Amino acid sequence: MKLIETKTLGSAAAAIEFTSIPQDATDLYITINARTTNAATTDSVLFKINGVTTNQSRRRLQGLGSGTPTSSTTTSFQFTVVGDTATSNTFGNAGIYIPNYTGSTNKSLLIDLVTEHNSTTAYQELHSGLLSSSSAITSLSFEGQGTNFVAGSTVSLYKITKGSDGTTVVS
Amino acid sequence: MAKATVEVPTKVIVDCSTGESTIVPLTEEELAQRETDRLAWEAQEATRLAEEEAKATAEASAISKLEALGLTSEEIAALKG
Repeated sequence: MKLIETKTLGSAAAAIEFTSIPQDATDLYITINARTTNAATTDSVLFKINGVTTNQSRRRLQGLGSGTPTSSTTTSFQFTVVGDTATSNTFGNAGIYIPNYTGSTNKSLLIDLVTEHNSTTAYQELHSGLLSSSSAITSLSFEGQGTNFVAGSTVSLYKITKGSDGTTVVS
Repeated sequence: MAKATVEVPTKVIVDCSTGESTIVPLTEEELAQRETDRLAWEAQEATRLAEEEAKATAEASAISKLEALGLTSEEIAALKG
């Protein structure tokens, strides 16, 4: 797995976008360490592939630290991060795995995440998603729902390459 | 009196082909799309929360009916799995 680019915000921003993603690998992996200005303990980040939110479906399994986990579906990719009223200086952590991102078949993805908050409620989520598109993935963007990511939020984009024998190369 | 300025939200663009990152203000079109996305998300959340609430209400109702039939809380928990 090789780092393509990483970005840590020096000041608040509404969105972080990666463009011209190289097409020389097999899979993508993204790590997100984020907090937003949303006036709540959490916020929902909208994740766009190639700039769109269409032809997407997603199922989420969510635990809150107590009670029975819930499941839900949406028609766009969203995941939970830490909001403005969560414990100070804490950030949500998420990982997104997208196999075969250059291919012409539909794109599947996996998101796993946790939020941080020194209270009874903190989120743990697993998402499975499908983008029905034959286009290779060339750009990714992350946006709060009308909110800003705070300074210090970081998004890193990695690529994973399959070797000639079909197995993943670790370098 | 000085005019209050409205700060336009920005986005950070990272060009993976050059490694350069730039900070640009959102365009009118992007601001409109952002509002559309936010409203769509709020509608989805409202639907999800209403469904969860309806499910919780139905479960509470079912439990009270089972209790009225004489089932213990352990028996009800076993039924829920």
